[in-house]
Amino acid sequence: MNFTASKQPENCLLGPESDSQRTLYPYVTGTSVVALKYKDGILMAADMGGSYGSTLRYKSVERMKPIGKHSLLGASGEISDFQEILKYLDELILYDNMWDDGNSLGPKEVHNYLTRVMYNRRNKFNPLWNSLVLGGVKKGEKYLGTVSMIGVNFEDNHVATGFGNHLARPILRQEWHENLSFEDGVKLLEKCMRVLLYRDRSAINKLQIAKITEEGMTISPPYSLKTYWEFSAFENPTQGAVGSW
Amino acid sequence: MFRNQYDTDVTTWSPAGRLFQVEYAMEAVKQGSAAIGLRSKTHVVLGCVNKANSELSSHQKKIFKVDDHIGVAIAGLTADGRVLSRYMRNECINYSFTYESPLPVGRLVVQLADKAQVCTQRSWKRPYGVGLLVAGLDESGAHLYYNCPSGNYFEYQAFAIGSRSQAAKTYLERRFESFRDTTRDNLVKDALMAIRETLQGETLKSSVCTVAVVGVGEPFHVLDQGTVQQMIDAFEIVAEQEGPAAEPDVDSGQEASAEPEPEQGAAAGEGVAPMDI
Repeated sequence: MNFTASKQPENCLLGPESDSQRTLYPYVTGTSVVALKYKDGILMAADMGGSYGSTLRYKSVERMKPIGKHSLLGASGEISDFQEILKYLDELILYDNMWDDGNSLGPKEVHNYLTRVMYNRRNKFNPLWNSLVLGGVKKGEKYLGTVSMIGVNFEDNHVATGFGNHLARPILRQEWHENLSFEDGVKLLEKCMRVLLYRDRSAINKLQIAKITEEGMTISPPYSLKTYWEFSAFENPTQGAVGSW
Repeated sequence: MFRNQYDTDVTTWSPAGRLFQVEYAMEAVKQGSAAIGLRSKTHVVLGCVNKANSELSSHQKKIFKVDDHIGVAIAGLTADGRVLSRYMRNECINYSFTYESPLPVGRLVVQLADKAQVCTQRSWKRPYGVGLLVAGLDESGAHLYYNCPSGNYFEYQAFAIGSRSQAAKTYLERRFESFRDTTRDNLVKDALMAIRETLQGETLKSSVCTVAVVGVGEPFHVLDQGTVQQMIDAFEIVAEQEGPAAEPDVDSGQEASAEPEPEQGAAAGEGVAPMDI
């Protein structure tokens, strides 16, 4: 007898769950990725945490990777699905290089390819459980876009995934402007990452910032942000609390 | 070419290492009406001779738009050409959909060539009987390719295929060095001149030819008959006005005139050597 009764409504089109081989929930996840356009290209930041539910299990996960000559991909969500996506992109870039004809896939093309992949998986009810950020520069044109696990995609001057949308984007909307210098861009990203570190429980204080310009991609070694915990609101946090405990 | 015992099917080699069926397919291209193509750094022009079977019928369509940045002119079995154009359009549209970016013409040409090669290595198929002049743009600029039924493809600065194409090729060979940096309008004029060569004495008018252009910032389109006729008139009027002492240029092979005729507009400073006629 089946004790773990998984209830599906009578009119369900999903088929019996027992023979399911599709993604239902994520297991090892990465949290927000934040990225912005600056004077010479794109800056992207992500911490190095891989959470297993509420446990911060893996602390050296690289969630940003270069793609081909012109693009940079950052991902939040299921880490194993991110690795699968990297495999697909590896093959894509390989075939592109094999043409050996002076043409190459730029960030716009990679972004649209990923959109197709994510959307088609979503249509089969077997999504890749990721929110992706794709940035790059090709022939002087900067490109920054995002794709979600259901295939929602768009481009903007600054993007973020997950909690970053709620905590980082408002800061970016206020303080981002065209032609940020590299130092200002990094400062702005660090400001966003610091807020996420304080307020997102799946964030860890070990992050990398990646930069992609016409010349290529560099990714910083992991480092930590300085935090300040002496705010008066943090002292005696339960002072004004109402409750029996 | 004479019939021999090795030409029955495409999968039989001759002792000399030839595939006769493929060569016969290339003959079909030579029998079709002429098509020419020429390119500069930024533009490619395709032109073809369009003769209707009778006064009652319409012209065969020989130039096809494949995408905004790619077009093709065919010579040979136009039915085969139509089918291949449909394939090319499909490939372009699929690439655009996936990558939101135009398919580089060099890659389309290779796919087309591979498709043609398949037909030279299957006993139940026959080679396509059509030669294609593919004009298009990619990251490195404007390109002109010729795809032949054998599955080979070549890139050209200028080329002509079909019947009486040798006359056009001779004209193009003389002038091709100037094409690279020339203006778009001069390129079209050169195309019309090359078409005139293949007509061998017949008057060039817009009703017998079709011209199409693609370039950086200019999507592929067929020029309308009015524009073409205007351009023809323009360089022919100048030809009548200026006498033999004028700057010599162009137009060999026209039996009527023994004197070199100048080219309108571009005449200033071109300084081409006088022709031996």
